[in-house]
Amino acid sequence: MIDILIKNLPIIVVLCPLMMSLLVVLIPNIFFSWALTTLSTFLTFLFSILLYQEIQIHSHISYALGKWMPPIGIEYIIDKVAIIPIIIISGISFLATIFAYKIMPEEIEKKSISKVYSLWLLAIAGLLGLVTTGDAFNLFVFLEISSLASVALVAMGAHKDKQALVAAYNYLIIGAVGATLYVIGVGLLYGVTGTLNMADLTNRIADINNNRALIAGFGFMIIGIMVKAAVFPLHIWLPRAYAYAPSAVSVLLAATATKASLYILARILFSIFENSEDLVNNTLLFVILPLSLLAMFAGTIMAIYEKDIKRLLAHSSVAQIGYITLAFAIGTKASIAAGFIHMFNHAIIKGGLFIAITSIAFYINKRVTVNNLSGLGREMPITFFCFVLCSLSLAGLPLTAGFISKLYLIKASISSDGIWLAVLILISSALSVVYLWKIIEVMWMREGKKIVKKENPTIYISLIIITFLNIYFGLDASLVVNGSFEAADKLIGDIK
Amino acid sequence: MITIENFILITILSPLVVCVLTPFTSKNTILIDFLGPIGGIISSWGALNIMNSALNNQNTTLEIVKIAEGVSIGFEVTPLGAIFGLVASFLWIFAAIYSIGYMRGNKEKNQTRFYAFYAMAVHAAICIAYASDLLTLFIFYEILTFSTYPLVTHNQNETAQKAGRLYMSILVGSSVILLLPAIIWVWVATGSLEMSQNGVLEGKLDAAYAPLLLAMFVFGIGKAALMPIHKWLPAAMVAPTPVSALLHAVAVVKAGVFTMLIVLTNVFGIDFLAKTGASEWLIWLASFTLLATSIIAIYKDDLKARLAYSTISQLSYITLGGALATSMATQGAALHIITHAAGKITLFFVAGALYVGAKITKISDLNGHGISAPLIFLAFFVGSLSIIGVPPMVGSWSKFFLMLGAADSGYVVVIGVFCISTILNAFYLMEIPARAFFFKKEREINIKIPKLILIPTLITSFLTILLFFFIEPFQNLTSMIASKI
Repeated sequence: MIDILIKNLPIIVVLCPLMMSLLVVLIPNIFFSWALTTLSTFLTFLFSILLYQEIQIHSHISYALGKWMPPIGIEYIIDKVAIIPIIIISGISFLATIFAYKIMPEEIEKKSISKVYSLWLLAIAGLLGLVTTGDAFNLFVFLEISSLASVALVAMGAHKDKQALVAAYNYLIIGAVGATLYVIGVGLLYGVTGTLNMADLTNRIADINNNRALIAGFGFMIIGIMVKAAVFPLHIWLPRAYAYAPSAVSVLLAATATKASLYILARILFSIFENSEDLVNNTLLFVILPLSLLAMFAGTIMAIYEKDIKRLLAHSSVAQIGYITLAFAIGTKASIAAGFIHMFNHAIIKGGLFIAITSIAFYINKRVTVNNLSGLGREMPITFFCFVLCSLSLAGLPLTAGFISKLYLIKASISSDGIWLAVLILISSALSVVYLWKIIEVMWMREGKKIVKKENPTIYISLIIITFLNIYFGLDASLVVNGSFEAADKLIGDIK
Repeated sequence: MITIENFILITILSPLVVCVLTPFTSKNTILIDFLGPIGGIISSWGALNIMNSALNNQNTTLEIVKIAEGVSIGFEVTPLGAIFGLVASFLWIFAAIYSIGYMRGNKEKNQTRFYAFYAMAVHAAICIAYASDLLTLFIFYEILTFSTYPLVTHNQNETAQKAGRLYMSILVGSSVILLLPAIIWVWVATGSLEMSQNGVLEGKLDAAYAPLLLAMFVFGIGKAALMPIHKWLPAAMVAPTPVSALLHAVAVVKAGVFTMLIVLTNVFGIDFLAKTGASEWLIWLASFTLLATSIIAIYKDDLKARLAYSTISQLSYITLGGALATSMATQGAALHIITHAAGKITLFFVAGALYVGAKITKISDLNGHGISAPLIFLAFFVGSLSIIGVPPMVGSWSKFFLMLGAADSGYVVVIGVFCISTILNAFYLMEIPARAFFFKKEREINIKIPKLILIPTLITSFLTILLFFFIEPFQNLTSMIASKI
């Protein structure tokens, strides 16, 4: 029994939320639909932990779907790279589901709650499928599953604020353009190479030199994924979508959605096209590097001038994605590892910040803007304390997870002779202190009206867990650091 | 028999314990008052034992946590660290007693929060003293900044908020943008974050880059208050005086110059600096800061602002001593950490006493009040003499060594700088007792100084005289720093 489970883990991780989402939609009761969602996200998390242990033994698991052998059949690949986003997605979605229990009924009509949970699980399944699949076209399918589900989730925010519909519409159109670009790219590649299996693609591309269709296909794929990953300036769907989605959905999307696409970006750049070095290096140097730097500053500056806190955090996400793509753009083993470290750390940081802000929104019962926060720090000490710790982590101060990412990112950029990059990274993170401090100062210094009577443990439990993770991974980072270095090793180890 | 490892833990943890216990004792006024001084006594008992072991040349290291491969937090005993640790923990005893008198006398709000963060800041400063590597140093450097923020903005009014913003943006900004990359650069160049007594960079870093890296360190260590990043220190004077006295004359700023000296001696190494001439520009910058801030101090009528500028000027003595890169000058710089601390804390104590006793903040309001509070002005007079460097006050020792070091290094101009600065010191500090004792009284003010304020002030001023005769152990320690060069 256990044997079969272990053998089929790569697909079970995806199927567990997918199947449960069909089941959840049938349960009208708010509590039971939530309980089932929690159970399934918990199981998914458990399975990904099991998968992590398997990976420590085998280091590369290939799973042929329906016993159709690759490259003809669809292959699922779990290796030391894929396991990082899998753990992030399943772990964060579990925490976000716990958090959703109290928050969800507040913002969404009672009768559609089970539908929301169904979409919720569908989005998670899509994201997990995205990172496990080894087939370029299958990836497109999961890309669409996850984006359509998240679009619908964002639109659910309309119950509270009609703006959510505009946000969802934007997200839908831009997301669809991105997915179309990606699938055009896949089509072109298929035309040139005759295969859709990623590993097979890698081998066949090695024999083809300077083919225009190949280069075009590469371009389409990269841009399509960059839209999904919200790489500046293709990020315009993101701030609105995060700001107007129901609170719990913002938490889920902010911490997980772009991470999966960033992982795909790394896969395309360093694994599928590992043999076309010139093409990849030019893209990194002339496209991704400048865009990342722009993202770092534009996102941060937008955040400084933003009054609406959820939007502010969304802008900050754009900047943080800039750090990750910057790490990829430097293109050394150390820097790619730094990118994965930050991918993990940013998930727990942004998850924590969004949970803190949306719990505040739950209490004050209106949009959270800077002016609405007066004095809340003293009324909600637990939430405030966690918010401050997560902010420090985002700013990259020592003893927090964020520091570890900055440390390795800067070390990587200095050792590849990019001291100016290191200084830019630090200026941008020092600027991030400005907007975080703005929030903290208002919460702490200004006098406010008494609104909050008592903090609700069901809401802050996941906040405490995620804040604890921020501190823990700042003190003992060996797990993340080693994992990321192994991932980077796997991605580009045999070339550079 | 307590091992040195345990003494390190005792010294660094007792302020932290005080910080944690303070909120629980807020109901009990007696207990909360005793916590600080007792913590200080325990902590300085540990620091004394650590200093003793440093004198016996024992090498003790203590690793606390290992964050990742090659990145860890740990403590060790160095001669310079032993000095700074003792200064911070020992003066905390008197500052803690003084702050009880000040906070009560002034009927300040939020006293519990104040005491808790006060102890936290002392904890961070002592941790900096015993930090074994650059990362530990950086971490506690940042904790020190953050723990002093609630103290600077203690009044929670508009001015305090503004000052707090300036304070944080300069200190955090400079440390994150410049100090951190400088540290990581050292890490990349040498492959480790460790420091050693002879410096770690020689042979590992291209000499052409040395001035750039040094500049990143110098401007990154905002707490050393070199121009043009000194503005935070006058801004921080909005804090209650016990904060200005212990933190912004001793713990925080000394942590800055301590870091500066550690970087100059244990990261670059005096030999490397002397060979490459990387620190030559620093000599001129420090000399300029030293004179310019002395001149600014003359024009400040606000007593605390004048003392703040005087502090910036005195900090530059220490940086200058390190930058001269001779063994005498380094010795003088290290001694100046002790001598200036004892003198300046006295002066700030007096400033606070005058505020509590008569709400006087301006120097021009002091005319003729010397007779009504003779002891407090006497204490100020003694402290000033020590800062100026008149024997038999302890300040004369460090100035003596600094001058010798300047002569050694061949920068004759620097001797002139020291002389001019001494005259300026005398000019702006002596004005205060002179006005108090010799000017005509303009209006009647009844100065009532609480005992809890008067006693610590007298003790620290007496300390400046006492230390003149018992400088030997400290001088042995500093000569150990110098002999390793």
